[in-house]
Amino acid sequence: MDPVLSVRDLRVHFVLDEGLVRAVDGVSFDVAPGQVVGIVGESGCGKSVTMRAILQIVEPPGRVVGGRMLFRGEREAVDLATLDPRGAAMRAIRGAEIALIPQEPMAAFSPVHTVGDQVIEALRLHQRKWRPTGPTLSRAEARQMTAELFQDVGISMPGERVDAYAWQLSGGLRQRAMIAMALSCRPRLLIADEPTTAIDVTTQAQILNLLRDLQRRHGTAIVFITHDLGVIAQMAHHVVVMYLGRVMEQGPVDDIFHAPRHPYTQALLRSIPSLLAPAQSLLPTIAGSIPHPLGRPPGCAFHPRCPEAMPGLCDRQTPALRLIEGAQSASCFLYHRETVEP
Amino acid sequence: MSAPLLEVRGLRKFFEIRRGFRRRVVGSVRAVDDVSFTIQEGETLGLVGESGCGKTTTARCILRAMAPSSGEILFRAADGRVVDLAPLSRAELRPLRPQIQMIFQDPFGSLNPRMTIFDNVGEPLLINGMRSRRARLDRVAALLELTGLRTEYMHRFPHAFSGGQRQRIGIARALATEPRLVVADEPVSALDVSVRAQVLNLLLELRRRLGLTMLFVAHDLSVVKHICDRVAVMYVGQLVEQAPTAALFARPRHPYTAALIRAVPIPDPRAPSGDVALAGEVANPANPPSGCYFHPRCPFVLERCRAEAPALREVDGHVVRCHRAEELELTGA
Amino acid sequence: MAEPVATPPAAGERIAVAANWRLVWWRFRKHRLAVASALILVGFYLVVLCPDFFSTQDPEATAARLAFIPVQRVRWLDGWTPRPWVPGIIGKRNPTTLRMEWRLDEGRKVPVRVLVAGYPYRLLGVVPLRVHLLGAAPDAGASLHLLGTDRLGRDQWSRLAHATQTSMTIGLTAVTLSVVFGVLFGGISGYVGGVPDLIIQRVIELLQSLPTIPIWLALTAALPRDWSPLRVFFAITVILSLVGWTTLGREVRGRFLSLREEDYVLAAELAGASRTRIIGRHMVPNFLSHIIATSTLAIPAMIINETALSFLGLGIRPPAISWGVLLQEAQNIQTLALAPWLLVPGLVVIVSVLAFNLVGDGLRDAADPYGQ
Repeated sequence: MDPVLSVRDLRVHFVLDEGLVRAVDGVSFDVAPGQVVGIVGESGCGKSVTMRAILQIVEPPGRVVGGRMLFRGEREAVDLATLDPRGAAMRAIRGAEIALIPQEPMAAFSPVHTVGDQVIEALRLHQRKWRPTGPTLSRAEARQMTAELFQDVGISMPGERVDAYAWQLSGGLRQRAMIAMALSCRPRLLIADEPTTAIDVTTQAQILNLLRDLQRRHGTAIVFITHDLGVIAQMAHHVVVMYLGRVMEQGPVDDIFHAPRHPYTQALLRSIPSLLAPAQSLLPTIAGSIPHPLGRPPGCAFHPRCPEAMPGLCDRQTPALRLIEGAQSASCFLYHRETVEP
Repeated sequence: MSAPLLEVRGLRKFFEIRRGFRRRVVGSVRAVDDVSFTIQEGETLGLVGESGCGKTTTARCILRAMAPSSGEILFRAADGRVVDLAPLSRAELRPLRPQIQMIFQDPFGSLNPRMTIFDNVGEPLLINGMRSRRARLDRVAALLELTGLRTEYMHRFPHAFSGGQRQRIGIARALATEPRLVVADEPVSALDVSVRAQVLNLLLELRRRLGLTMLFVAHDLSVVKHICDRVAVMYVGQLVEQAPTAALFARPRHPYTAALIRAVPIPDPRAPSGDVALAGEVANPANPPSGCYFHPRCPFVLERCRAEAPALREVDGHVVRCHRAEELELTGA
Repeated sequence: MAEPVATPPAAGERIAVAANWRLVWWRFRKHRLAVASALILVGFYLVVLCPDFFSTQDPEATAARLAFIPVQRVRWLDGWTPRPWVPGIIGKRNPTTLRMEWRLDEGRKVPVRVLVAGYPYRLLGVVPLRVHLLGAAPDAGASLHLLGTDRLGRDQWSRLAHATQTSMTIGLTAVTLSVVFGVLFGGISGYVGGVPDLIIQRVIELLQSLPTIPIWLALTAALPRDWSPLRVFFAITVILSLVGWTTLGREVRGRFLSLREEDYVLAAELAGASRTRIIGRHMVPNFLSHIIATSTLAIPAMIINETALSFLGLGIRPPAISWGVLLQEAQNIQTLALAPWLLVPGLVVIVSVLAFNLVGDGLRDAADPYGQ
């Protein structure tokens, strides 16, 4: 089956006074229908900028400077990169066919409208009766649908919660309402940007369960962005590991966690303290710190911290992302010698 | 066992809610409600819980960054005296300050951006009587070396350092006065994964080399398990369970502890995902439920739990606040 | 975008060891408009330092015969040689209106010279000098009125230079006083809190709720008529800053309240630092640049207020000169139709106020070099 979203060689650059930041520098991945793709990485890796590029909401001084983002929506396939960010075509896709679950639902809901009103508005904006070009929903119909959606995402007393303001809801309920809003137009693709980072662990477990359950029931494809490897392991089918704007490795979740190929992925997995790891032992670490985006090392960006860096090669040339085995690919000279054309 | 370095007895901190023009007290948030624990010399005690459970308020009361509403904070000072920190005034606290220091969560807010690293780290020394700049330079250099930083960066400003490096600088400052107790408030939760391991290792190493005594406040159980000797779990201002780390994680006695442990996503796709998530959300400390504060979310709730608040008692080496601690067969990680 | 993780190595050591004021300056420098405005202000303050040097005539010298002389525009080229000159003027009394009517005589060239001798004055009130920046060549036998003359035949250009001194000084002193009051009371309010905070806040609210113009009118009207211009000047300054400090006081209080919550302030507290040290080392340096920016933005308001008061005849009174006093001359329509150059001081007010605002904006943006 054709992927819902194919990102190819995406490049997003920020032109700052201090210099050029290649926030996303040649990122490629596919999202198959009904699949959860986890994008994981540390700060400055470009995972959020990638998400913003897909939604065409990159803020200046940032700009998508290259690549394609082929999205297969309800109708024909479109390259999102060619659409006008503020045009009608992009607005019809954003929110309806590609929906976002943000990190901070409090900031995403307006404080002066009830959460119900905001979902109703989204429904009446994007949903049509009977057929794609049919009449808009009446307020009563939209309200009925909203209550059903709230029920669907596990909000108790949905009829009353429709009339609540965002600040009257607890963090968990707020995020559920946000998920209801995102699902309201039955999107083909859901982008979840660190949806549980601002939430407590016990509530996080509930939200993750809910997302997993909804995903199974509706078969929505999800791009799940997080820095938490535990969450990724529990949520994703396919994992994309990013570092300083490039994909280091990607593959099925089991291969990434049990047979990581890229030295960065290997080191990252070793360095997390786990409930299953022996206590009070020194953790294997990655030397040094993440370079400043303006001072990205030449060649493979990870080479100064890489224990297996090959002098004369890794610091000179940038490895391309190539298939290693099965569905797993890595950009590392340990496995191939293909470079990225500058 | 010798006398503990710190003993907290019946600590309470209520924040009054005032309303209206005359600022009348209409209620109070019981941020910390009857918390007691001890820390032995050389030990690291983990204080865990979700947001709003009172762990940070407890830490700030011990540091006397705020005054507790009631209770005792008995601290064994360097001269062997046992002092109750709770009622002390600002002036009375001053000589004791260098003995209790803090490591902050946010590496970007904890250093004064207008002062060089030397001035930031050297300030506690200067305040506590090390007047000679020469002596301070030597001491700061030694501290930076101890925390794995290059001493030639001493005259740079904080903005020149990454989050991990700043956290090391913060640790160096906390250690400057050779404190007897270090309170670490979520010291690694703002750091990236690859840097977090470095800082955790540094803390472990410092403990080993300097015999540090630490109160480690955190919400991340995997970090707590990795670094602490004993763990105290808080829920809505109260201590619900306290036990040695291994025992707590292997066989938790309180249903909340068990749920908390199981809720942590394990970085292994083959591990069973937390399907037994706890229902509902953390209770509001301004209006806690009747009986056991945990009863609305507890899967093992009895009629008794709704009516009667359980007391802390000792069960099999755990201190636990649950009516059914003995009978429940809970599993951890 | 994600927060920067470390210093860009390219910028390296220079930024790493740069103190705060240096970072502020580097950011301010990028603000072209603000830098240009700052240069204009420097020019203004040079005039403030010694208005006599910039004058061409004694600003007090009246000559009824020479009233309402129009602007003599400077021509920079004499043929093709760069030699500035102004056309001479010919006066003729209109037999019906009996008013002097002036005509520029393009045929008569009065050369303009730099650094010429003129009326004697004292530089900064000490050094006796006769040299002036501009003037008609001494042998030309004519005077130079770059901005014309007023109804008493006083040279408008020279009067403007002296007015600049008064008005700019009033702006600066009033704001300085406001800053002193504002930092003092705002600081007490924000750091001590409790009852003093409550009282200071209510006083600020009271002062801010008073209608300013009537209050100023009442206060200035209460000033004794026989006070010297200097005393009136200081009284006006105090009156202006009496209301002016409230905004700054609020600002300072807000800064104190937010800084009190900073981790590094708590760290200093936990190290056993004294209150004085915490305020002096940790709090004030971290909002000083903001205060400077805010006060720069407050100066134009003071200038406008002074101008308004003087324009109404309640502020600075003749014989002292300020922009408001000059504009008072341009109060009636008839004068304006006859001598539109008397409005030039208004233009100067606009330029200076704009310049202050632009510099203030630039400073405010640069004040926080750690923010994005």
